[in-house]
Amino acid sequence: MRQTWAFLFRGYHLTRRYISWVIVFNFYALVTSATVALIGVAAQDFQLTLTLVVGALLWNFLSLLYNEIAMSIAYERWEGTLEYTFMAPVSRLIHLCGVSLFSLLNSIVTSIVVLLGLMLFTNLDLHGANLPGVLIVMAVSTVAFVGLGLMAAVLPVMSAERGAEATHIFQGSLLLVSGVYYPIEVLPKWMQPFSLISPATYTLSACRKLVGVGNIASTPGHLVGASLSAVSRELLILTLMGAVLMPLGLWVFGRIEAWAKRAGKLKRTG
Amino acid sequence: MQQAAIHVFNLKKSFRKRSGFRKASRLWALDGVSFSVAKGETYGLLGPNGSGKSSLIRILSTLLIADGGEVSLLGHPLPEEQEQVRRIIGRVSVDAAFYKKLSARENLLYTALLYGQKPRDAEQRSMDILKQLGLENTKFSTPLEEMSRGMQQKISIARALVINPPLLLLDEPTTGLDPKSRRDVQTFLEDLRRRENTTILLTTHDMAEAERLCARIGFLARGKLVAEGTAQELMKEAATKTLDDAFIKLTGEELSDKDGDLLETVAAGG
Repeated sequence: MRQTWAFLFRGYHLTRRYISWVIVFNFYALVTSATVALIGVAAQDFQLTLTLVVGALLWNFLSLLYNEIAMSIAYERWEGTLEYTFMAPVSRLIHLCGVSLFSLLNSIVTSIVVLLGLMLFTNLDLHGANLPGVLIVMAVSTVAFVGLGLMAAVLPVMSAERGAEATHIFQGSLLLVSGVYYPIEVLPKWMQPFSLISPATYTLSACRKLVGVGNIASTPGHLVGASLSAVSRELLILTLMGAVLMPLGLWVFGRIEAWAKRAGKLKRTG
Repeated sequence: MQQAAIHVFNLKKSFRKRSGFRKASRLWALDGVSFSVAKGETYGLLGPNGSGKSSLIRILSTLLIADGGEVSLLGHPLPEEQEQVRRIIGRVSVDAAFYKKLSARENLLYTALLYGQKPRDAEQRSMDILKQLGLENTKFSTPLEEMSRGMQQKISIARALVINPPLLLLDEPTTGLDPKSRRDVQTFLEDLRRRENTTILLTTHDMAEAERLCARIGFLARGKLVAEGTAQELMKEAATKTLDDAFIKLTGEELSDKDGDLLETVAAGG
């Protein structure tokens, strides 16, 4: 328990010390999301606006969660503390759970900031949306994204220089294929199958239904969100993805850590 | 016979280094090193840069896995019992690696939490150690980035000791310190060994420091332990008046910054 708390303690104090950067990142997240959502407002298309708002909001949450976990090793390399964390008597499970828990809290705060901002920019009224359902879907998809983050976190272990860059390539690919701002059908035919292996595809699809996107009964004043049973297929797939990706992420991390200890890659410069 | 605190036998470690498309080189950091350190003893390892000192410390710290040989710390063999070893070692490296934005207090409490200690006890212990090292209480809340190199190194020593380890691995702890800070650290280490019977493995470039602190000294050159004994024994063996001369005579090297690694070209993939 104390060991998990250590990572929350560290994250809290680092956030406090880097507060100006935290404000900048939140501002940037809000502005980019609002910029996207305003495309729908400009088109005077309520359904498009709603599609973009849900996309921007969820992508902020999921990408930040993924990014914080994936970059946790890179941050420690930059600070020079990686060796000290790895030689502490902390199991990798507790270490990565602690990192993931702080990333989750961070992502929730940013998502709330973005949601409030988007409501201001788009006069969005969420009455009628199945918000508890959205929270359940987000909670389930969190597990899958933590697993992806853990797998990506090994990249900075493997290469100090290129690892951090590779995590962003992976993140960008998820953005491209998951239908965050447009239907998957507009992607080139050969690329569309990749959307099937991205958890974000199912998260976005389920959350849009729960909010009432695509439902002709939804109006700007009152949304008609679907019930949780209407997204049971997406929930099942996300649960299965989480059940596979989380242990797989931990396994991959353990294998790469053992390799790094043989190859001498844990040093600051790798 | 009393169990050795550190037992190293025929330890080998090499690193693979690419040199071109198809060729690879094998760089021998440690080539059959054997020595043991008794409980409560301070043992010094002297060698030029690249002689294998840091690789040895990393293996003992569970951060590197050896290619061959035996290593055990207080009876725990590595890498099999790395979890137990992590609980009994403290390490200070030449670079004071910290979260530089965090204060000394925050860095030390983070370490204490990682090791499952009660924050209040750890804070008190940290204060006591820092006081003994000559650091004022007022500096406890100052971010590390605002501290001098000497102060940072003292915090680094406090971090290694906050968990009260029976075994201390010091990798050039006084390199780059001013004479006053160096003397403070050396006096503290002498007191620590007397008071707590802590076993200390010290790597250094400083002959005077080795003579003052170490009961026995080993000369490491090109990954091999070429001589071992008390300072007097080494000088007698080399028929010299100073330890510096003894080192040059027995190793054939100066204690300057040069790469003493032995390169052995091997076939690609070897």
